[in-house]
Amino acid sequence: MREVEYNDIVNAVKNMIKVTATNLPEDTLKALEEALETEKSEVAKEVIKQLLENAKIARDEERPLCQDTGLAVFFVKLGADVRIKGGLLKDALNQATKEAYEEAYLRPSTCEPFSRANLKDTLGYNLPAIIHLDIVEGDKIDIEYAAKGGGSENVSRAKVLPPAAGKEGVIEFVKEVISDAGGNPCPPITVGVGIGGTFEKAAISSKHALFRDVGTKNPDPEMDELEQIILEEVNKLGIGAMGMGGTKTALAVHIESNPCHIASLPVSVNVQCHSSRHAHITI
Amino acid sequence: MATYNLTAPLTKEDTKKLKAGDVVYLSGVLYTARDAAHKRLVELLEKGEELPFPIEGSVIYFVGPTPPKPGDPIGSAGPTTSYRMDSYSPTMLKHGSLGMIGKGKRNQAVKDACVKYGGIYFGATGGAGALLGKKIKEAEVIAYPELGPEAVRRIVVEDFPVTVINDTYGNDLYEMGREQFEVKE
Repeated sequence: MREVEYNDIVNAVKNMIKVTATNLPEDTLKALEEALETEKSEVAKEVIKQLLENAKIARDEERPLCQDTGLAVFFVKLGADVRIKGGLLKDALNQATKEAYEEAYLRPSTCEPFSRANLKDTLGYNLPAIIHLDIVEGDKIDIEYAAKGGGSENVSRAKVLPPAAGKEGVIEFVKEVISDAGGNPCPPITVGVGIGGTFEKAAISSKHALFRDVGTKNPDPEMDELEQIILEEVNKLGIGAMGMGGTKTALAVHIESNPCHIASLPVSVNVQCHSSRHAHITI
Repeated sequence: MATYNLTAPLTKEDTKKLKAGDVVYLSGVLYTARDAAHKRLVELLEKGEELPFPIEGSVIYFVGPTPPKPGDPIGSAGPTTSYRMDSYSPTMLKHGSLGMIGKGKRNQAVKDACVKYGGIYFGATGGAGALLGKKIKEAEVIAYPELGPEAVRRIVVEDFPVTVINDTYGNDLYEMGREQFEVKE
C-alpha cells in the first residue's frame, strides 16, 4: 500500500488547473497551426491567426485564454494500492478547483439551474467539479483534467439509435449535430463521439474522447477509419472558424466505442471548442 | 469587404455603410450585458423607464469577463453565444441601440430588427479572451453588481476587432460564408 498526502494531491491539481487556463496545450496549438496552412477561406484564416496570437498573449502574460474558464472536469484512475492520508480524493479535487480558480482570477461559472444564482459564495468558487472516478490496479493516481466551456457544451447531444441505423446512422447524427451548431461552439472544434454502452455510458465516453490529444490515432482500426470518414464529412459542411465559412470546421473526431445492449445503438456527440484546455498528471 | 475604424456610440450613417463581412475596429464606449442583465434592461424599457446608460446609438457587448488581475481594468473578455439574447435584442434596437457584439447566429426577428432600426450585429472571435481583454482600456460596473460576471459594465475600448455578421440590408455572413464553402453532393 502506498500512502499519498491529501495536500500533495491538492497542490498538484491546483498547479495543473492554473497552467491549463493560460497555456493552450501543444497538440491543440499544432492543430491550429496546421489548420492555418490548409484553410481556404481568408476570413477563417484571420480568425485562426487571432487564436494563435491570443494563445501567445495568454501564455506570455498569464491571462486566461478565454473568459469562459469552464467547469472543472476530471477523469481519475485511482490505483487500488493507494491510500490517501488526510482526506478524501473527491474533497482534494474540489478544494484544488476552488483555490486555483479563485487565486488565478478565473471565472466562477457554476450556478443554480433556475434562479441562476452564482454558487461562489455558497457552495464555493466554481464548485462543484465534475468528477468521474475509476478504481484500477497499481499504486498511482492518474488525473486527467479539462476546463470545459459552456458554448460547446450547449450544442452537444445524445440519442439512442435503432441497431439497424449502423455506422451510417452514427455519421448522419454527428453531421446533424455539427450542422445545427454552426459557429456557436467556437470552431474549429474537436468532436467527441461516444458509441454503445447505455445512454449515460455513451455520453461519458463522448466526453472522455475529448481528453485524447489531437493528432493521436485511435488504437482500434475500425474506429480510426470511422473517425476519418466523419471528419471529412463534417469539414464538408463549410462552417469554418467561428462559423464565418471555411474548410476547417473540425480539427479532429475522437471516438470511444463500447459494447451495448442487443436492442440499442446509443450515440453521443460532445463538442469541444478550439480552446481545448486539457492536461494530465500522474501522482 | 472593407475595413473601417468607427467610434461608439454609433450613428445610423455609420451602420448604413457597413456590409456583412466588413472588418471594423471599434473605439469608444461599449456596454456589457448577458441574458440576466438583458432581462432587466428590457423590463425597464417596457415600463418606459430609463436604462442605467444612454441607449441612443449604444453598442452592447455580450460578455462575462474573468475577474481583473490587480492593476488591470478587466480580465479576459471574449464574446459569449448570442442566441440567448435573441428574445431581448429587438426591443433594445427598437429603443435606439445600434450595435451588438457576440458570437454565433441570431434568429430572424433579430435580423429583421437590424433592417428595420438600422442596427448591426458584429461577431468577435470567441475564445480570444486574452487578446480582446487587452483592447479594453477602462471598465466600470454601472448596474446590477450582484450579477457578478453578468453585471452591466461601461467599458472603453481601442481598436476592438469585430466583423459585421448581420447588416442593415438583411445579409448574414454565416449563411454567405457557409454557402461559399459547403461541399454539396
